[in-house]
Amino acid sequence: MTTNVLVLLDSPETQLRSAALELLTIARSLGRPKAVTLGSPSVTTLAQLGAYGVDTVLQAELPTSVSTDAAHLTAVVSVTLETAVRRANADIVLLSATFPNKEAAARLAYALGAGLVIDAAAVRAEDGKAVGYKRVFAGSWDTSCEVVTEQAVFTVRANSVVPEPAESSVQTEVIGFPVEVPASATTVTVVSREEKPVVEGGRPALAEAATVVAGGRGTDGDFGPIEELADVLGAAVGATRDAVYEGWFDTFIGQTGVTIAPRLYIGAGISGAPHHRGGMQASQVIVAVNNDSDSPLFEIADFAVVGDLAEVLPQAAQVLREHKG
Amino acid sequence: MRIVVAVKYVPDIHADRRFDAGRVVRSSEEGTLNELDENAIEAALRIVESLPEAEQETSEVVVLTMAGPEADTAIRKAYQMGVGRGVRVSDEALAGSDYFGTVATLAAAIRKIEEEGPVDLVLTGMAALDGLGSVVPVLLAAELDLPQLTLAGKLEVDVQARTAQVTRELDDALEVLTAPLPAVVSVTDHANWPRFPNFKLIMAARTQPIEVWDLAALGLDPATVGDAGARTRVLAATPRPPRPEVEVVVDKGEGGRALAEFLIRNDLV
Repeated sequence: MTTNVLVLLDSPETQLRSAALELLTIARSLGRPKAVTLGSPSVTTLAQLGAYGVDTVLQAELPTSVSTDAAHLTAVVSVTLETAVRRANADIVLLSATFPNKEAAARLAYALGAGLVIDAAAVRAEDGKAVGYKRVFAGSWDTSCEVVTEQAVFTVRANSVVPEPAESSVQTEVIGFPVEVPASATTVTVVSREEKPVVEGGRPALAEAATVVAGGRGTDGDFGPIEELADVLGAAVGATRDAVYEGWFDTFIGQTGVTIAPRLYIGAGISGAPHHRGGMQASQVIVAVNNDSDSPLFEIADFAVVGDLAEVLPQAAQVLREHKG
Repeated sequence: MRIVVAVKYVPDIHADRRFDAGRVVRSSEEGTLNELDENAIEAALRIVESLPEAEQETSEVVVLTMAGPEADTAIRKAYQMGVGRGVRVSDEALAGSDYFGTVATLAAAIRKIEEEGPVDLVLTGMAALDGLGSVVPVLLAAELDLPQLTLAGKLEVDVQARTAQVTRELDDALEVLTAPLPAVVSVTDHANWPRFPNFKLIMAARTQPIEVWDLAALGLDPATVGDAGARTRVLAATPRPPRPEVEVVVDKGEGGRALAEFLIRNDLV
Protein backbone atom coordinates (compact mmCIF):
# COMPACT_ATOMS: atom_id res chain seq x y z
CA MET A 1 0.00 0.00 0.00
CA THR A 2 1.37 3.41 -0.93
CA THR A 3 1.98 5.90 1.81
CA ASN A 4 0.61 9.31 0.88
CA VAL A 5 2.68 12.18 2.21
CA LEU A 6 1.24 15.68 2.20
CA VAL A 7 3.57 18.69 2.38
CA LEU A 8 2.41 22.20 3.32
CA LEU A 9 4.16 24.73 1.04
CA ASP A 10 5.25 27.91 2.81
CA SER A 11 5.78 30.42 0.02
CA PRO A 12 3.96 29.09 -3.06
CA GLU A 13 3.17 32.56 -4.46
CA THR A 14 6.83 33.29 -5.22
CA GLN A 15 9.01 30.19 -5.21
CA LEU A 16 9.73 27.31 -2.87
CA ARG A 17 12.67 27.93 -0.56
CA SER A 18 15.06 25.25 0.63
CA ALA A 19 12.95 24.27 3.66
CA ALA A 20 10.02 23.28 1.40
CA LEU A 21 12.32 21.49 -1.05
CA GLU A 22 13.77 19.51 1.88
CA LEU A 23 10.25 18.50 2.93
CA LEU A 24 9.48 17.33 -0.62
CA THR A 25 12.72 15.31 -0.64
CA ILE A 26 11.75 13.65 2.66
CA ALA A 27 8.19 13.09 1.43
CA ARG A 28 9.49 11.22 -1.63
CA SER A 29 11.63 8.99 0.60
CA LEU A 30 8.54 8.05 2.62
CA GLY A 31 6.01 7.49 -0.13
CA ARG A 32 4.04 9.42 -2.71
CA PRO A 33 4.49 13.18 -2.26
CA LYS A 34 1.57 15.57 -2.57
CA ALA A 35 1.45 19.25 -1.75
CA VAL A 36 -1.10 21.60 -0.26
CA THR A 37 -1.09 25.39 -0.52
CA LEU A 38 -3.14 28.16 1.01
CA GLY A 39 -2.13 30.55 -1.76
CA SER A 40 -1.90 30.31 -5.51
CA PRO A 41 1.29 28.54 -6.68
CA SER A 42 3.46 30.54 -9.10
CA VAL A 43 4.80 29.13 -12.38
CA THR A 44 8.20 28.77 -10.70
CA THR A 45 6.67 26.84 -7.80
CA LEU A 46 4.85 24.50 -10.20
CA ALA A 47 8.10 23.83 -12.05
CA GLN A 48 9.83 23.07 -8.74
CA LEU A 49 7.02 20.73 -7.71
CA GLY A 50 7.27 18.90 -11.02
CA ALA A 51 11.02 18.51 -10.65
CA TYR A 52 10.55 17.09 -7.17
CA GLY A 53 8.03 14.49 -8.38
CA VAL A 54 4.83 16.05 -7.05
CA ASP A 55 1.95 15.36 -9.45
CA THR A 56 -0.80 16.95 -7.36
CA VAL A 57 -0.96 20.23 -5.51
CA LEU A 58 -4.14 20.95 -3.60
CA GLN A 59 -5.05 24.62 -3.45
CA ALA A 60 -7.40 25.72 -0.69
CA GLU A 61 -10.53 27.66 -1.60
CA LEU A 62 -11.77 29.44 1.51
CA PRO A 63 -15.24 30.96 1.82
CA THR A 64 -15.34 34.67 0.98
CA SER A 65 -16.46 35.34 4.57
CA VAL A 66 -12.92 34.50 5.70
CA SER A 67 -10.65 37.52 5.14
CA THR A 68 -7.12 37.21 3.76
CA ASP A 69 -5.78 38.00 7.24
CA ALA A 70 -8.09 35.51 8.97
CA ALA A 71 -6.88 32.79 6.60
CA HIS A 72 -3.66 32.81 8.65
CA LEU A 73 -5.42 32.03 11.96
CA THR A 74 -4.19 28.73 13.33
CA ALA A 75 -7.69 27.32 13.63
CA VAL A 76 -8.43 28.18 9.98
CA VAL A 77 -5.13 26.77 8.70
CA SER A 78 -5.74 23.63 10.70
CA VAL A 79 -9.23 23.03 9.32
CA THR A 80 -7.85 23.69 5.82
CA LEU A 81 -5.14 21.09 6.31
CA GLU A 82 -7.62 18.64 7.78
CA THR A 83 -9.78 18.95 4.67
CA ALA A 84 -6.72 18.46 2.45
CA VAL A 85 -5.58 15.41 4.42
CA ARG A 86 -8.96 13.72 3.97
CA ARG A 87 -9.01 14.64 0.31
CA ALA A 88 -5.47 13.39 -0.36
CA ASN A 89 -5.95 10.36 1.86
CA ALA A 90 -2.70 11.39 3.52
CA ASP A 91 -0.95 9.16 6.03
CA ILE A 92 1.85 11.57 6.88
CA VAL A 93 1.81 15.38 6.92
CA LEU A 94 5.04 17.40 6.84
CA LEU A 95 5.38 21.09 7.72
CA SER A 96 8.41 23.33 8.17
CA ALA A 97 9.19 24.23 11.77
CA THR A 98 7.99 27.83 12.03
CA PHE A 99 5.92 28.79 15.08
CA PRO A 100 2.68 29.18 13.08
CA ASN A 101 3.29 25.80 11.44
CA LYS A 102 3.92 24.08 14.78
CA GLU A 103 0.61 25.44 16.01
CA ALA A 104 -1.27 24.39 12.89
CA ALA A 105 0.38 20.95 13.05
CA ALA A 106 -0.76 20.53 16.65
CA ARG A 107 -4.37 21.42 15.95
CA LEU A 108 -4.34 19.24 12.85
CA ALA A 109 -3.05 16.24 14.82
CA TYR A 110 -5.65 16.96 17.49
CA ALA A 111 -8.44 16.95 14.91
CA LEU A 112 -7.17 13.81 13.16
CA GLY A 113 -6.30 11.86 16.29
CA ALA A 114 -2.81 11.62 14.79
CA GLY A 115 0.55 11.39 16.51
CA LEU A 116 2.63 14.57 16.53
CA VAL A 117 6.38 15.10 16.43
CA ILE A 118 7.61 18.68 16.63
CA ASP A 119 10.96 19.81 15.14
CA ALA A 120 12.18 16.50 13.79
CA ALA A 121 15.68 16.54 12.30
CA ALA A 122 14.84 13.48 10.19
CA VAL A 123 11.76 11.41 9.39
CA ARG A 124 12.04 7.79 8.30
CA ALA A 125 9.70 4.88 7.71
CA GLU A 126 10.68 1.90 9.88
CA ASP A 127 8.66 -1.33 10.14
CA GLY A 128 5.67 0.39 8.63
CA LYS A 129 5.77 3.19 11.19
CA ALA A 130 6.83 6.80 10.80
CA VAL A 131 9.77 7.60 13.06
CA GLY A 132 10.97 11.10 13.91
CA TYR A 133 14.54 11.83 14.96
CA LYS A 134 15.16 14.82 17.17
CA ARG A 135 18.17 16.56 18.62
CA VAL A 136 17.27 17.90 22.05
CA PHE A 137 18.71 19.61 25.14
CA ALA A 138 20.61 22.16 23.07
CA GLY A 139 21.93 19.49 20.73
CA SER A 140 23.39 17.29 23.46
CA TRP A 141 21.04 14.28 23.04
CA ASP A 142 19.59 12.40 20.07
CA THR A 143 16.14 10.90 20.44
CA SER A 144 13.89 8.90 18.17
CA CYS A 145 10.19 8.61 18.49
CA GLU A 146 7.75 6.39 16.60
CA VAL A 147 4.19 7.36 15.81
CA VAL A 148 1.83 4.55 16.81
CA THR A 149 -1.34 6.00 15.29
CA GLU A 150 -2.29 5.49 11.64
CA GLN A 151 -1.69 9.10 10.74
CA ALA A 152 1.35 11.17 11.67
CA VAL A 153 2.09 14.89 11.63
CA PHE A 154 5.66 16.20 11.70
CA THR A 155 7.24 19.62 11.74
CA VAL A 156 10.75 19.29 10.35
CA ARG A 157 13.71 21.54 11.02
CA ALA A 158 15.56 23.14 8.14
CA ASN A 159 18.91 21.66 7.06
CA SER A 160 17.84 18.11 7.89
CA VAL A 161 18.45 16.80 4.35
CA VAL A 162 19.99 18.13 1.16
CA PRO A 163 17.14 18.96 -1.27
CA GLU A 164 17.23 16.59 -4.20
CA PRO A 165 14.95 16.63 -7.26
CA ALA A 166 13.32 13.39 -8.42
CA GLU A 167 15.05 11.22 -11.01
CA SER A 168 12.44 12.21 -13.55
CA SER A 169 10.14 15.19 -13.34
CA VAL A 170 6.35 14.99 -13.62
CA GLN A 171 3.49 17.22 -14.69
CA THR A 172 1.95 18.96 -11.68
CA GLU A 173 -1.79 19.43 -11.59
CA VAL A 174 -3.39 22.11 -9.40
CA ILE A 175 -6.64 20.93 -7.84
CA GLY A 176 -8.75 23.42 -5.94
CA PHE A 177 -10.64 22.16 -2.92
CA PRO A 178 -13.35 24.00 -0.99
CA VAL A 179 -12.85 24.37 2.77
CA GLU A 180 -15.75 24.70 5.16
CA VAL A 181 -14.68 26.93 8.01
CA PRO A 182 -16.81 26.54 11.14
CA ALA A 183 -17.67 29.68 13.12
CA SER A 184 -15.65 28.32 16.05
CA ALA A 185 -12.46 28.69 13.95
CA THR A 186 -12.88 32.45 13.72
CA THR A 187 -13.63 33.42 17.34
CA VAL A 188 -10.29 35.22 17.18
CA THR A 189 -10.39 38.51 15.25
CA VAL A 190 -7.37 39.77 13.34
CA VAL A 191 -7.11 43.47 14.20
CA SER A 192 -4.09 43.87 11.95
CA ARG A 193 -1.49 41.80 10.16
CA GLU A 194 1.60 43.28 8.58
CA GLU A 195 3.68 40.88 6.56
CA LYS A 196 7.39 41.55 6.61
CA PRO A 197 8.70 42.30 3.14
CA VAL A 198 10.64 39.51 1.46
CA VAL A 199 13.84 40.89 -0.01
CA GLU A 200 14.43 39.38 -3.45
CA GLY A 201 18.04 38.43 -3.95
CA GLY A 202 18.75 39.30 -0.32
CA ARG A 203 20.32 37.09 2.31
CA PRO A 204 18.79 33.65 2.95
CA ALA A 205 16.21 33.25 5.71
CA LEU A 206 17.90 32.77 9.08
CA ALA A 207 15.91 29.68 10.05
CA GLU A 208 16.76 27.90 6.79
CA ALA A 209 20.26 29.10 5.94
CA ALA A 210 23.07 26.58 5.52
CA THR A 211 25.54 29.14 6.87
CA VAL A 212 24.88 31.70 9.60
CA VAL A 213 27.11 34.49 10.89
CA ALA A 214 25.93 35.92 14.21
CA GLY A 215 26.97 38.86 16.34
CA GLY A 216 26.58 39.64 20.02
CA ARG A 217 27.53 42.20 22.61
CA GLY A 218 31.16 42.14 21.44
CA THR A 219 30.16 43.93 18.22
CA ASP A 220 29.44 47.06 20.28
CA GLY A 221 26.59 47.70 17.90
CA ASP A 222 28.61 47.54 14.68
CA PHE A 223 27.30 44.65 12.59
CA GLY A 224 29.35 45.77 9.56
CA PRO A 225 32.05 43.06 9.93
CA ILE A 226 29.34 40.40 10.58
CA GLU A 227 27.41 41.38 7.44
CA GLU A 228 30.57 41.62 5.32
CA LEU A 229 31.63 38.05 6.17
CA ALA A 230 28.04 36.80 5.80
CA ASP A 231 27.80 38.22 2.29
CA VAL A 232 31.05 36.60 1.17
CA LEU A 233 29.73 33.27 2.45
CA GLY A 234 26.16 33.75 1.17
CA ALA A 235 25.10 33.39 4.80
CA ALA A 236 22.21 34.62 6.88
CA VAL A 237 22.87 37.10 9.69
CA GLY A 238 21.64 36.64 13.25
CA ALA A 239 22.22 38.12 16.67
CA THR A 240 21.99 37.33 20.36
CA ARG A 241 18.98 38.39 22.41
CA ASP A 242 21.10 41.06 24.12
CA ALA A 243 22.11 42.56 20.79
CA VAL A 244 18.47 42.71 19.74
CA TYR A 245 17.46 44.31 23.04
CA GLU A 246 20.15 46.92 22.40
CA GLY A 247 18.49 47.62 19.06
CA TRP A 248 21.55 46.59 17.03
CA PHE A 249 19.77 43.95 14.97
CA ASP A 250 16.23 42.66 14.53
CA THR A 251 16.33 38.87 14.79
CA PHE A 252 17.85 36.81 17.55
CA ILE A 253 18.98 33.22 17.68
CA GLY A 254 17.99 31.43 20.86
CA GLN A 255 15.61 29.16 22.64
CA THR A 256 12.77 31.65 22.37
CA GLY A 257 13.90 33.20 19.11
CA VAL A 258 14.94 31.50 15.90
CA THR A 259 16.34 28.02 16.46
CA ILE A 260 18.94 27.13 13.88
CA ALA A 261 20.94 24.06 12.87
CA PRO A 262 23.04 25.20 9.91
CA ARG A 263 26.01 23.42 8.37
CA LEU A 264 28.26 26.27 9.53
CA TYR A 265 27.68 28.74 12.37
CA ILE A 266 30.12 31.58 13.03
CA GLY A 267 29.53 33.51 16.26
CA ALA A 268 31.47 36.73 16.78
CA GLY A 269 31.51 38.75 19.99
CA ILE A 270 29.15 36.20 21.51
CA SER A 271 29.89 34.82 24.96
CA GLY A 272 27.50 31.87 24.55
CA ALA A 273 24.84 32.21 27.24
CA PRO A 274 22.57 29.13 27.67
CA HIS A 275 19.71 30.92 25.94
CA HIS A 276 21.78 31.46 22.80
CA ARG A 277 23.46 28.04 22.86
CA GLY A 278 20.06 26.39 23.09
CA GLY A 279 19.18 27.99 19.76
CA MET A 280 22.33 27.06 17.82
CA GLN A 281 24.11 24.16 19.50
CA ALA A 282 22.77 21.66 16.97
CA SER A 283 24.84 23.40 14.25
CA GLN A 284 27.21 21.04 12.46
CA VAL A 285 30.37 23.15 12.57
CA ILE A 286 30.73 25.94 15.13
CA VAL A 287 33.28 28.74 14.82
CA ALA A 288 33.76 31.34 17.56
CA VAL A 289 35.55 34.69 17.42
CA ASN A 290 35.94 36.54 20.70
CA ASN A 291 38.59 38.52 22.53
CA ASP A 292 37.77 36.56 25.69
CA SER A 293 39.14 33.01 25.43
CA ASP A 294 37.04 31.98 28.47
CA SER A 295 33.71 32.54 26.72
CA PRO A 296 31.45 29.45 26.95
CA LEU A 297 30.95 29.45 23.17
CA PHE A 298 34.59 28.31 22.86
CA GLU A 299 33.71 25.15 24.80
CA ILE A 300 31.36 23.96 22.06
CA ALA A 301 33.30 25.37 19.10
CA ASP A 302 35.24 23.38 16.53
CA PHE A 303 37.44 26.33 15.67
CA ALA A 304 38.00 29.53 17.62
CA VAL A 305 39.94 32.74 17.18
CA VAL A 306 40.89 34.81 20.20
CA GLY A 307 40.95 38.32 18.85
CA ASP A 308 39.10 41.47 17.92
CA LEU A 309 36.23 40.62 15.60
CA ALA A 310 36.58 44.00 13.85
CA GLU A 311 40.05 42.86 12.72
CA VAL A 312 39.50 39.12 12.29
CA LEU A 313 36.25 39.07 10.29
CA PRO A 314 37.25 41.60 7.58
CA GLN A 315 40.55 39.77 7.09
CA ALA A 316 38.73 36.43 6.78
CA ALA A 317 36.29 38.01 4.31
CA GLN A 318 39.18 39.37 2.24
CA VAL A 319 40.96 35.99 2.11
CA LEU A 320 37.71 34.26 1.13
CA ARG A 321 37.06 36.81 -1.62
CA GLU A 322 40.54 36.16 -3.02
CA HIS A 323 39.96 32.42 -2.74
CA LYS A 324 36.76 32.70 -4.72
CA GLY A 325 38.57 34.87 -7.24
CA MET B 1 -11.27 37.45 37.56
CA ARG B 2 -10.06 33.87 37.81
CA ILE B 3 -6.90 32.92 35.96
CA VAL B 4 -5.34 29.48 35.68
CA VAL B 5 -1.64 29.47 34.80
CA ALA B 6 -0.42 26.12 33.49
CA VAL B 7 3.25 25.64 34.37
CA LYS B 8 5.92 23.00 33.95
CA TYR B 9 8.70 21.71 36.13
CA VAL B 10 11.77 21.25 33.93
CA PRO B 11 15.45 20.33 34.30
CA ASP B 12 17.54 23.46 34.84
CA ILE B 13 19.10 24.45 31.49
CA HIS B 14 22.35 25.15 33.34
CA ALA B 15 22.45 21.59 34.72
CA ASP B 16 23.42 18.37 32.99
CA ARG B 17 20.12 17.41 31.35
CA ARG B 18 19.54 13.78 30.51
CA PHE B 19 17.16 10.93 29.70
CA ASP B 20 16.64 7.65 31.50
CA ALA B 21 14.66 4.83 29.90
CA GLY B 22 13.35 7.24 27.26
CA ARG B 23 12.08 9.80 29.75
CA VAL B 24 13.47 13.15 30.81
CA VAL B 25 15.08 12.93 34.23
CA ARG B 26 13.31 15.37 36.53
CA SER B 27 15.06 15.20 39.86
CA SER B 28 14.21 17.64 42.62
CA GLU B 29 17.84 18.79 42.94
CA GLU B 30 18.27 20.00 39.39
CA GLY B 31 14.74 20.99 38.45
CA THR B 32 13.10 24.35 38.39
CA LEU B 33 9.99 26.23 37.31
CA ASN B 34 10.25 26.61 33.53
CA GLU B 35 11.71 30.10 33.20
CA LEU B 36 9.25 31.12 30.48
CA ASP B 37 6.33 30.29 32.77
CA GLU B 38 7.42 33.14 35.05
CA ASN B 39 6.25 35.53 32.31
CA ALA B 40 2.81 33.87 32.35
CA ILE B 41 2.61 34.15 36.15
CA GLU B 42 3.72 37.78 35.99
CA ALA B 43 1.05 38.52 33.36
CA ALA B 44 -1.65 36.90 35.52
CA LEU B 45 -0.61 38.81 38.64
CA ARG B 46 -0.53 42.11 36.77
CA ILE B 47 -4.04 41.62 35.39
CA VAL B 48 -5.40 41.02 38.91
CA GLU B 49 -3.38 43.92 40.37
CA SER B 50 -4.88 46.27 37.78
CA LEU B 51 -8.40 45.61 39.10
CA PRO B 52 -10.24 47.74 41.69
CA GLU B 53 -9.56 46.49 45.21
CA ALA B 54 -12.97 44.89 45.70
CA GLU B 55 -12.50 42.85 42.53
CA GLN B 56 -8.96 41.89 43.51
CA GLU B 57 -10.36 40.25 46.63
CA THR B 58 -12.69 38.02 44.66
CA SER B 59 -10.00 37.25 42.07
CA GLU B 60 -7.85 34.19 42.05
CA VAL B 61 -4.68 33.07 40.28
CA VAL B 62 -4.18 29.31 40.30
CA VAL B 63 -1.00 27.62 39.08
CA LEU B 64 -1.55 24.18 37.68
CA THR B 65 1.01 21.55 36.87
CA MET B 66 1.10 17.89 35.96
CA ALA B 67 4.05 16.13 37.60
CA GLY B 68 5.33 14.21 40.58
CA PRO B 69 6.03 15.71 44.02
CA GLU B 70 9.40 17.07 42.86
CA ALA B 71 7.43 19.73 40.97
CA ASP B 72 6.33 21.35 44.22
CA THR B 73 9.52 23.43 43.80
CA ALA B 74 7.91 25.00 40.75
CA ILE B 75 4.63 25.71 42.52
CA ARG B 76 6.47 27.22 45.49
CA LYS B 77 8.36 29.49 43.09
CA ALA B 78 4.95 30.70 41.85
CA TYR B 79 3.86 31.24 45.48
CA GLN B 80 6.98 33.32 46.04
CA MET B 81 5.91 35.56 43.19
CA GLY B 82 2.52 36.04 44.83
CA VAL B 83 0.25 33.34 43.41
CA GLY B 84 -2.43 32.30 45.90
CA ARG B 85 -3.16 28.72 44.98
CA GLY B 86 -1.37 25.75 43.45
CA VAL B 87 -2.68 22.47 42.09
CA ARG B 88 -0.52 19.52 41.11
CA VAL B 89 -2.04 16.65 39.16
CA SER B 90 -0.13 13.49 39.98
CA ASP B 91 -0.85 9.92 39.06
CA GLU B 92 1.40 7.01 38.20
CA ALA B 93 -0.70 6.40 35.09
CA LEU B 94 0.39 9.81 33.72
CA ALA B 95 4.00 8.73 33.15
CA GLY B 96 4.89 8.71 29.46
CA SER B 97 2.12 11.13 28.46
CA ASP B 98 2.52 12.76 25.05
CA TYR B 99 1.22 16.24 24.18
CA PHE B 100 -2.35 14.97 23.99
CA GLY B 101 -2.33 13.10 27.30
CA THR B 102 -0.80 16.14 28.98
CA VAL B 103 -3.40 18.44 27.51
CA ALA B 104 -6.33 16.12 28.34
CA THR B 105 -5.15 16.09 31.95
CA LEU B 106 -4.57 19.84 32.25
CA ALA B 107 -7.93 20.53 30.58
CA ALA B 108 -9.73 18.17 32.98
CA ALA B 109 -8.14 19.98 35.92
CA ILE B 110 -9.16 23.35 34.49
CA ARG B 111 -12.75 22.07 34.13
CA LYS B 112 -12.65 20.97 37.76
CA ILE B 113 -11.43 24.42 38.81
CA GLU B 114 -14.29 25.80 36.73
CA GLU B 115 -16.82 23.82 38.77
CA GLU B 116 -16.06 26.19 41.66
CA GLY B 117 -16.65 29.26 39.49
CA PRO B 118 -15.95 30.47 35.96
CA VAL B 119 -12.35 30.66 34.71
CA ASP B 120 -11.76 33.82 32.65
CA LEU B 121 -8.30 33.16 31.32
CA VAL B 122 -5.87 30.28 30.89
CA LEU B 123 -2.29 31.55 30.67
CA THR B 124 0.92 29.71 29.74
CA GLY B 125 4.50 30.48 28.82
CA MET B 126 5.45 30.31 25.13
CA ALA B 127 7.36 27.03 25.48
CA ALA B 128 8.87 24.70 28.01
CA LEU B 129 12.65 24.89 27.89
CA ASP B 130 13.03 21.10 27.94
CA GLY B 131 10.80 20.01 25.05
CA LEU B 132 10.45 23.37 23.25
CA GLY B 133 7.34 22.14 21.46
CA SER B 134 5.23 25.26 22.04
CA VAL B 135 2.05 23.33 21.27
CA VAL B 136 0.41 22.80 24.68
CA PRO B 137 -1.32 26.23 24.70
CA VAL B 138 -2.78 25.61 21.25
CA LEU B 139 -3.95 22.13 22.20
CA LEU B 140 -5.49 23.43 25.43
CA ALA B 141 -7.50 25.91 23.37
CA ALA B 142 -8.65 23.10 21.08
CA GLU B 143 -9.53 20.77 23.97
CA LEU B 144 -11.35 23.46 25.96
CA ASP B 145 -12.91 24.88 22.78
CA LEU B 146 -11.67 28.38 23.62
CA PRO B 147 -10.11 31.05 21.41
CA GLN B 148 -6.31 30.87 21.24
CA LEU B 149 -4.08 33.94 21.47
CA THR B 150 -0.55 32.58 21.47
CA LEU B 151 3.01 33.93 21.51
CA ALA B 152 1.91 37.29 22.87
CA GLY B 153 4.75 39.80 23.13
CA LYS B 154 2.15 42.14 24.55
CA LEU B 155 -1.12 41.26 26.29
CA GLU B 156 -3.93 43.64 27.18
CA VAL B 157 -7.06 42.42 28.95
CA ASP B 158 -10.15 44.64 28.96
CA VAL B 159 -12.01 43.42 32.01
CA GLN B 160 -15.13 45.51 31.30
CA ALA B 161 -15.45 44.45 27.67
CA ARG B 162 -14.27 40.92 28.58
CA THR B 163 -11.77 40.75 25.76
CA ALA B 164 -8.07 40.04 25.43
CA GLN B 165 -5.81 41.57 22.79
CA VAL B 166 -2.33 40.36 21.93
CA THR B 167 0.48 41.57 19.71
CA ARG B 168 2.63 38.83 18.32
CA GLU B 169 5.74 38.99 16.21
CA LEU B 170 6.20 36.02 13.92
CA ASP B 171 9.08 35.34 11.53
CA ASP B 172 7.15 36.73 8.60
CA ALA B 173 4.48 38.97 10.08
CA LEU B 174 3.38 41.19 12.95
CA GLU B 175 -0.15 40.44 14.14
CA VAL B 176 -2.62 42.02 16.52
CA LEU B 177 -5.35 39.58 17.52
CA THR B 178 -8.31 39.92 19.81
CA ALA B 179 -10.83 37.46 21.27
CA PRO B 180 -13.58 37.35 23.85
CA LEU B 181 -12.86 35.86 27.29
CA PRO B 182 -12.51 33.15 28.35
CA ALA B 183 -9.48 32.47 26.17
CA VAL B 184 -6.15 30.65 26.22
CA VAL B 185 -3.16 32.99 26.01
CA SER B 186 0.55 32.20 25.84
CA VAL B 187 3.08 34.97 26.47
CA THR B 188 6.70 35.28 25.33
CA ASP B 189 9.63 36.49 27.40
CA HIS B 190 9.11 39.91 25.80
CA ALA B 191 5.71 40.33 27.45
CA ASN B 192 7.03 41.52 30.82
CA TRP B 193 9.85 41.30 33.34
CA PRO B 194 8.92 38.74 36.00
CA ARG B 195 9.17 40.16 39.54
CA PHE B 196 11.68 39.02 42.11
CA PRO B 197 10.13 37.33 45.14
CA ASN B 198 10.11 39.42 48.32
CA PHE B 199 11.22 38.05 51.67
CA LYS B 200 7.73 37.91 53.16
CA LEU B 201 6.39 35.83 50.28
CA ILE B 202 9.44 33.57 50.28
CA MET B 203 8.79 32.75 53.94
CA ALA B 204 5.05 32.28 53.42
CA ALA B 205 5.58 30.06 50.36
CA ARG B 206 7.37 27.43 52.43
CA THR B 207 4.24 26.42 54.28
CA GLN B 208 1.56 27.37 51.77
CA PRO B 209 -0.42 24.20 50.99
CA ILE B 210 -0.43 22.55 47.55
CA GLU B 211 -3.52 20.68 46.37
CA VAL B 212 -2.81 17.29 44.82
CA TRP B 213 -5.34 15.70 42.50
CA ASP B 214 -5.21 12.27 40.89
CA LEU B 215 -6.91 10.97 37.76
CA ALA B 216 -9.90 9.68 39.73
CA ALA B 217 -10.47 13.19 41.08
CA LEU B 218 -10.54 14.45 37.50
CA GLY B 219 -12.73 11.62 36.24
CA LEU B 220 -10.14 10.70 33.61
CA ASP B 221 -9.71 7.17 32.27
CA PRO B 222 -6.06 6.09 32.84
CA ALA B 223 -6.15 4.33 29.43
CA THR B 224 -6.43 7.70 27.66
CA VAL B 225 -3.27 9.23 29.18
CA GLY B 226 0.31 8.26 29.97
CA ASP B 227 2.04 5.50 28.03
CA ALA B 228 -1.30 3.77 27.46
CA GLY B 229 -2.84 6.66 25.56
CA ALA B 230 0.27 8.10 23.90
CA ARG B 231 0.27 8.44 20.12
CA THR B 232 4.05 8.50 20.02
CA ARG B 233 6.58 6.28 21.73
CA VAL B 234 10.23 7.07 22.44
CA LEU B 235 12.40 4.41 20.80
CA ALA B 236 15.81 5.64 21.90
CA ALA B 237 17.52 8.52 23.65
CA THR B 238 21.29 8.69 23.51
CA PRO B 239 23.79 11.35 24.50
CA ARG B 240 25.78 12.70 21.57
CA PRO B 241 29.51 12.20 21.60
CA PRO B 242 31.42 15.23 22.86
CA ARG B 243 32.74 17.52 20.16
CA PRO B 244 36.38 17.06 19.24
CA GLU B 245 38.84 19.36 20.97
CA VAL B 246 38.46 22.94 19.80
CA GLU B 247 41.24 24.35 17.64
CA VAL B 248 42.13 27.77 19.09
CA VAL B 249 44.11 30.41 17.23
CA VAL B 250 45.22 33.56 19.04
CA ASP B 251 45.09 36.47 16.61
CA LYS B 252 48.47 38.11 16.13
CA GLY B 253 47.53 39.67 12.84
CA GLU B 254 46.71 36.46 10.94
CA GLY B 255 43.61 35.26 12.85
CA GLY B 256 41.22 36.13 10.04
CA ARG B 257 43.38 34.30 7.53
CA ALA B 258 43.45 31.24 9.81
CA LEU B 259 39.64 31.34 10.05
CA ALA B 260 39.28 31.57 6.27
CA GLU B 261 41.73 28.70 5.78
CA PHE B 262 39.82 26.55 8.28
CA LEU B 263 36.64 27.10 6.27
CA ILE B 264 38.36 26.39 2.95
CA ARG B 265 40.11 23.27 4.34
CA ASN B 266 36.79 21.89 5.60
CA ASP B 267 34.92 22.66 2.41
CA LEU B 268 32.59 25.11 4.17
CA VAL B 269 32.86 27.93 1.66
